[in-house]
Amino acid sequence: MLSPSEQAPLPAEPVVESGSVQNREALSKGDRLRSLVRWESVLVIALAATVVFGVSVSSQFLTGSNIFNIGLANGEVAIMALPMTLIIIAGEIDLSIASTLALSSSLVGYLWMHGWPMPGIIVFVLAIGVVLGAVNGILVTRLGLPSLAVTIGTMTLYAGMAEIVLGSTIVSDFPASYTKIGVTAFPHTELSYSAVIFLVLAIVFGAVMHATPFGRSLFAIGWNKEAAQYAGIRVKRVKTTLYMVSGLIGALAGVLYTFRLSTAEFDNGSGLVLSVVAIVLLGGVSIFGGKGTLFGVILAVIVFCSLQNALLLTSFPEDATGIVTGGLLLVSVLLPNGGDLFRRARSRKNRHRTSSAS
Amino acid sequence: MTAVLEVPKATPGEAGPSPRRLADVVFKVREFGIIAVLAMFVLITALIQPRFIQGQNIKFILTNATIFALLALGETMVIVARHIDLSVGSVLGLSAYLSADLFTRAHGIPIVVVFLVGLCIGAACGLVNGAIVAIGRVPSLVVTLATLYVIRGLDIILVGGGMVVASSLPNGFLAIASSSVGPVPYLAIVVAVVVGCGAYYLRSFRSGRELYAMGSNPDAAKLAAIPTGKRVLTAFVISGGIAGIAGVLWASNYGTIDSTAGTGYELQVVAACVVGGVAIFGGSGTVTGAAFGALLLATINQALYVLGISSFWDEAIAGLLLIAAISLDHGIAVSLTAALRKRSLQRGT
Repeated sequence: MLSPSEQAPLPAEPVVESGSVQNREALSKGDRLRSLVRWESVLVIALAATVVFGVSVSSQFLTGSNIFNIGLANGEVAIMALPMTLIIIAGEIDLSIASTLALSSSLVGYLWMHGWPMPGIIVFVLAIGVVLGAVNGILVTRLGLPSLAVTIGTMTLYAGMAEIVLGSTIVSDFPASYTKIGVTAFPHTELSYSAVIFLVLAIVFGAVMHATPFGRSLFAIGWNKEAAQYAGIRVKRVKTTLYMVSGLIGALAGVLYTFRLSTAEFDNGSGLVLSVVAIVLLGGVSIFGGKGTLFGVILAVIVFCSLQNALLLTSFPEDATGIVTGGLLLVSVLLPNGGDLFRRARSRKNRHRTSSAS
Repeated sequence: MTAVLEVPKATPGEAGPSPRRLADVVFKVREFGIIAVLAMFVLITALIQPRFIQGQNIKFILTNATIFALLALGETMVIVARHIDLSVGSVLGLSAYLSADLFTRAHGIPIVVVFLVGLCIGAACGLVNGAIVAIGRVPSLVVTLATLYVIRGLDIILVGGGMVVASSLPNGFLAIASSSVGPVPYLAIVVAVVVGCGAYYLRSFRSGRELYAMGSNPDAAKLAAIPTGKRVLTAFVISGGIAGIAGVLWASNYGTIDSTAGTGYELQVVAACVVGGVAIFGGSGTVTGAAFGALLLATINQALYVLGISSFWDEAIAGLLLIAAISLDHGIAVSLTAALRKRSLQRGT
């Protein structure tokens, strides 16, 4: 496609080199600046602003029942954000997690209809979740397929299986001892059961991610897969494990979702996956992998959920709260890059100066 | 792995032609594969249930497929350049509502103007996406995920619980999607021509080839003095504009437009592209392949319906097909790489 004459810019390489050196200097300066203003600090400010906003629009905002509602409405999304964080940090993605939720919800309904005991159903469904995750993991690691495409495929596949399992049936006669998680708070707290489970899991995930060799290996894999491999990390095994955890958590979210609404339906949780990804990215996790903290994601969960709730209290149309979610997401990727842009413009100016001087 | 497919095209000289021909053959085989699967589906379904190849049914399939084929055209241009546009479903919804709403606001407005408005709405959304991606240098997955929400939210606020119903739309407008020559809707013919033009552009125009170069190796593309920012911006504007037009067609086809029009289309469009052999990380795939991918998905959908298999199987089959397509593409890429390497070893280069 390119004739030799079109490759003319190649001799200009030294100039590009010097530009990149300047970039590196600027970067270290930028890094210092960035460590001063961590993304988590921005999120804390955003959270404070949200609370102020919430309190100013409604006296209901900080009441116990509203906090219960916030946790109840978003518990499953929050829980699914945890394994998603690990997967994105390892440089992959799992778009099938909400379909796993749908399939596990359908299975709960189907098996309950057929007279299985509830504890047995829960164990079985969680095991199925692990299998679904393992399928993703095998396709991604053993066949070496891009996870974005694979999980779009399994997203459709699992959602389709949920439809096959339950069809248009709606199961809703679950025992009250299980469906109470959609009505009452966890004993001695104002939090919903799903919110409590989220907090417990968040501590576990945070510990694994930031304080174990396994957690460190995720960052290494996300940063540079080949280097991680040469450093003796079993990249494929780690990634498969992550997908299995993701499947397990997706199935757990499905069980909680079913009991919370006291309804098993094949399209339970459809459309949640993009919210999950949005929360993780809002939490400062890099979509390219290798960067992010679980604390950031927890903050993002709280900002996301309470902002949505505050907007609802202002009688903002419920479905349109996506504007705010999307806007936050845009800001969260543009803000850290704003510095880069400025730096690039300056280094271009410098490069221009050096090249005109030579 | 896909990068290798493009390398022969960048190396001029005597080693050039034959690997290039090899890659060409592979692409042809890939497209032929989709057509074969399509033919197989049609044949088997028709054998079991002859009603499947009746005019009314074919017309239904083609009408359904055209909108997705059109969206897949824009999406392919973005994906081959190693980007992705997840906002097409929301853009379609916004354009469908705003353009159809024009008929109720301004009676007797020419239909051409409505199409132009749809195009402009879409192109404006695409411009926003493209500008943020190109200037902000932010991953397009994140940007278009965000604009997916923002544009849909905007749509919901604008619609505000109301909807446009078919009775408020002029008959001439509704006829656009429904009139046909025999079983083939005019729309399908127009879209086929448009897809043909798109395929010719991507195959033979310099700027079209540059999209592939960017998708194969972004750094090399930049060093080869390809104006990557400009190309990305153009690809997003085209994708958005096409989604805008598709929105007007959607309105013409369905007649009733509320704020949920086109919800979830983005992933179906990406699925059609991937089934049609467009590599999700850029650098390879054709517009015609993507259009056939869309047609295949629409055909399967209708085939199941005609066969009396519950439509609940739709999604699962589409998912399986998608995974099969990705695996196949990967296999082809791996063996092609091996073949090319062997060849260059034999030549001693």
